[in-house]
Amino acid sequence: MIEKEVTVVNKKGLHARPAALFVNMVEKFDVTVTLAKGPEVVNGKSIMGILMLGAVEGTVLKITVVGEAAAQAMAEFEKFFNKQEEELVS
Amino acid sequence: MNEIVLKGIPAAPGIAYGPSFILEKGEFIVPKRSISSSEINSEIARFEEAVITARREIHQLKTKITQDLGPGPAQIFDAHLLVLQDTTLIDAVNEEIRKTKTSAEYVFFKVIRKFVETFAQMPDEYLRERASDVSDISKRVLKHLMDESKLHDLDSLQDDLIIVAHDLSPSDAVGMFNKKIKGFLTDIGGRTSHTAIIAKSLGVPAVVGLKDATLKVNNQDYVIIDGQKGLVIINPSEETKELYIKEQHKITASLEKLDDLKDLPAQTTDGKKITILANLELSSEIPAVRKYGAEGIGLYRTEFLYMNRLDLPSEEEQFLAYSQVARAVAPFGVTIRTLDLGGDKFISSVQIPRDMTPFLGCRAIRFCLERPDIFKTQLRAILRASVHGRIQMMYPMISGLGELRQANAILNQVKTALRDEKIAFDEQIKVGMMIEVPAAVMTAEALARETHFFSIGTNDLIQYTLAVDRVNEKTAHLYEPAHPGVLRMIQKTIDAGHNEGIHVAICGEMASDPLFAFLLLGMGIDEFSMSSASILTVKRMIRAVKLQDAQRTAYEAMQLATGQEVEEFVESQLHKYLPS
Repeated sequence: MIEKEVTVVNKKGLHARPAALFVNMVEKFDVTVTLAKGPEVVNGKSIMGILMLGAVEGTVLKITVVGEAAAQAMAEFEKFFNKQEEELVS
Repeated sequence: MNEIVLKGIPAAPGIAYGPSFILEKGEFIVPKRSISSSEINSEIARFEEAVITARREIHQLKTKITQDLGPGPAQIFDAHLLVLQDTTLIDAVNEEIRKTKTSAEYVFFKVIRKFVETFAQMPDEYLRERASDVSDISKRVLKHLMDESKLHDLDSLQDDLIIVAHDLSPSDAVGMFNKKIKGFLTDIGGRTSHTAIIAKSLGVPAVVGLKDATLKVNNQDYVIIDGQKGLVIINPSEETKELYIKEQHKITASLEKLDDLKDLPAQTTDGKKITILANLELSSEIPAVRKYGAEGIGLYRTEFLYMNRLDLPSEEEQFLAYSQVARAVAPFGVTIRTLDLGGDKFISSVQIPRDMTPFLGCRAIRFCLERPDIFKTQLRAILRASVHGRIQMMYPMISGLGELRQANAILNQVKTALRDEKIAFDEQIKVGMMIEVPAAVMTAEALARETHFFSIGTNDLIQYTLAVDRVNEKTAHLYEPAHPGVLRMIQKTIDAGHNEGIHVAICGEMASDPLFAFLLLGMGIDEFSMSSASILTVKRMIRAVKLQDAQRTAYEAMQLATGQEVEEFVESQLHKYLPS
């Protein structure tokens, strides 16, 4: 299990499109992912859950990844959170 | 089936029975339907199939948009697809179908609505807008779960139903004006909520503040509404039905007797003539105003012209509406209240910030002073209509002299402009103000010197005096019209008005209860304005009592310490003249 804290840098926050990109990315790995904002914990594969976090720019999220590919997955997730939306789309 | 009795707050009198209809908020009417245990699996399968079909549609749409516009704009559909494969959502629906044994469309609609509401409340604008994405997705699924012809708005409502809803917004209520609705039940709301006002003007019973009626009543259940006692009986026994049918006949018979009073004056036995007027929401109510023998309209709530539409009503449209009402009630007059938005009344054409405490926020005259463009359009329309009948106007929610002067200054600008354009209006038009804010009561003498009349809006005055939210069912029991604090507010207003030689009218719901009307009569109110359906009952009271007795009763009631004592005392006095 790996845990890391990331900050949402995207100006529009983790809204529908980035959340969708994130879920699609999670599904590529054989891992279990949770995102936590304070006491709220959601499944990383649930777009509704992620949207319900209301993670705006600057929100600190704790990512927990469990599974064999955890390290590899976490590296990708960190990259994801460090990008602006435009960079993700291209 | 066992008879179930629910107790709520009686909001409009009368008795009604018939099939229920659960009204869900929003664009869709999704009926609630119970299913048997053996149907659970097929219901879940039906739901999953609808989700798969919806996903297929979104895929097709995505392909088409990608071809037409490129992959960027199509990406939003990835999000839509993910929502429909989101186990958090799907599992929640399946579990709820299993647990509550309720039809898939209803459960899905409820679950999705929870998400929509959470999104809608998010402080971030981008996230808040996800609410519309989610409702979009939900429509797609619902379409496959329900017969499409049933996916309609209020227009598809059948007649002769008892409407059960969590709450009715004023705009929902407007949509029901032309329907033959038998009665209303709502989970929330108090005696003066909009459901109550609308039910009264439709002349049908309503019980509000039932807390969870929408959960206990199933669609098409046979229900009885007892609007006198605030009871709801679901699946009544044959005996209960018979009892209520008899009771209803009694009420109808006594109403017919009241009909004889229609053309008789509202005069006390010692000769004091009282003016009874009607409150009006929509011009379609005018026939009712006449039917009950009102001597004009004491409160025309113009905000209903602004509701259920995407644009603002033009000056011309308002002019037509106001002059039509003025002509229709001639030779009597109409008192037009300027726009009272905010609080619990909102419109689509103007974004009004949803204040944390809406009743203390930017509503009514405050809103109009913020938006002089909207205010001036209305004032022009009222002034232009004033040559087509007897029209006077008043401002809502004035809290002090500063606001009154500001409003009058804008009115004077509008008058000057009309004179310059040589457009006729009644130069003598009377301009009054509503008394709803305690601070206005405390400064009533000064206000009375600069206005033509007062009209006490008791619904809000009581709410503000007692610090009781009138749409919150949890505080409904604290909403006491006869509270000595409220009575002193009213008495002070009457005295201040009379000392300065102006009329003091009352246009809140309090005026429509014969008990309170008796008290108000004794306190010196000059004019009563109420929902049309209550007029004859109040007239019957006035014709049975002496002004002197009402005055003595009011004087003695004012010495009492609690609202309950006041009510009991006034009731005992009134009973002497008007045995129930």
